[in-house]
Amino acid sequence: MAEEVKLFGMWASPFSRRVELALKLKGIPYEYIEEDLSNKSPSLLKYNPIHKKVPLLVHKEKPLAESLVILEYLDETWKNNPILPQDPYERAMARFWAKFIDEKLLPTAAKVSHSTGKEQEQGVEEVHQQLKILENELKGKEFFAGQSIGYLDIVAHVLFWFYSAGEASGVNALTTEKFPIIYEWIEKLIKIDAVNECRIPKEKHQDFIRLRRESLKSASK
Amino acid sequence: MAVVKLFGAWTSPYFYRVIWALKLKGIPYECIEEDLLNKSPLLLQYNPVHKKIPVLVHDGKPICESTIIPQYIEEIWPQPSLLPSDPYERAMARFWIKFADDKLILLALSPSISKMYRASGEEQEKAVKYILEMLETMEDHGLIGGKKFFGGDKISMVDMAFGAVAHWLGVIEDAAGLKIFEAHKFPRLQSWIQNFKEVPIIKENLTDRDKMFALLKRRREMLLASK
Repeated sequence: MAEEVKLFGMWASPFSRRVELALKLKGIPYEYIEEDLSNKSPSLLKYNPIHKKVPLLVHKEKPLAESLVILEYLDETWKNNPILPQDPYERAMARFWAKFIDEKLLPTAAKVSHSTGKEQEQGVEEVHQQLKILENELKGKEFFAGQSIGYLDIVAHVLFWFYSAGEASGVNALTTEKFPIIYEWIEKLIKIDAVNECRIPKEKHQDFIRLRRESLKSASK
Repeated sequence: MAVVKLFGAWTSPYFYRVIWALKLKGIPYECIEEDLLNKSPLLLQYNPVHKKIPVLVHDGKPICESTIIPQYIEEIWPQPSLLPSDPYERAMARFWIKFADDKLILLALSPSISKMYRASGEEQEKAVKYILEMLETMEDHGLIGGKKFFGGDKISMVDMAFGAVAHWLGVIEDAAGLKIFEAHKFPRLQSWIQNFKEVPIIKENLTDRDKMFALLKRRREMLLASK
């Protein structure tokens, strides 16, 4: 059965990691192929000619790109341990917040991670505003999805990376003082086996960020 | 009292994505026209995060985002269906809807966004190149096999997501004095545009071309004069 599902991914990509987390939570066996994004494999380019990106899921030889699209496909194809809410309104809200994370929060966080000085300061301000908005959705709940981990938690779990990678970019935008509710949620998340299996080693991640920052600095000179 | 309300703006292709979904399914709704330069307190209350249209309010509950609203409508009113029933085909439809959403941002007529008719020189050139790449991808990957619509024989949410290409692009081209879409270079896309606009609900629900052209022309003149 494992040969049926392949995942092309990259260890430092939050989009790739969230698909892995979903696969693990639903107990779907899969073969993982690590991609070197500076030297993409012919398979990846063949299966995802439009975007040439990871993550890419291949199920019974049929390819699927875009992490949020993949998550919904997994839920519709493997009915056990559902990750999306059953209620249509709750589903619409989950999709709305996932889009907010991907289109607003993550790009701003990337800006903070890769910039310095004034630009970074502005980025941090923006991230704070966005995190405050998102944190509101956690109020009175154990997880974004309610009593147990679900779609939005899977999409948002990358947040705890900011938390561990903060030092590498010289600033920690996600502090426990500013965002106690998010911090509590992270503490609950990392108690879940599947989440722990998808964690990237803190030092490896920090090195990765430092390297990125250096190469961006030298590229702009 | 209407159970379904839709906040929108007559120029917006995003607004029309939702109108088409509601009308194709025969769902009655109340339409509330917003002045995008002077948004109503009600809209800001229903969409505090983005403060944008369209917003659907169903039984008092707001749903935002023009790609999320049709999926909600599909789940509450499944017939006639606007998404494939097969999970893989449905995932491919969602993939294309996301692609349309990401790329069509340049055709949005919101004053702060569109670089096509608002800019000139290098900025406009970049926007044109970007649009051309999108059209090529649609032609080469989306419409292979001579399909009538993106999903096959029936109109679906994917076609509606690309609606801006079928109608709004032409008006923007005229207002900006550009020619981006050349029918002979995009034969499949040309067929699709005709098929799409021939669907009665679509034909009857397209923004007034002349009115929009006049508005864009005015805006462009004002912008260029102020530079």
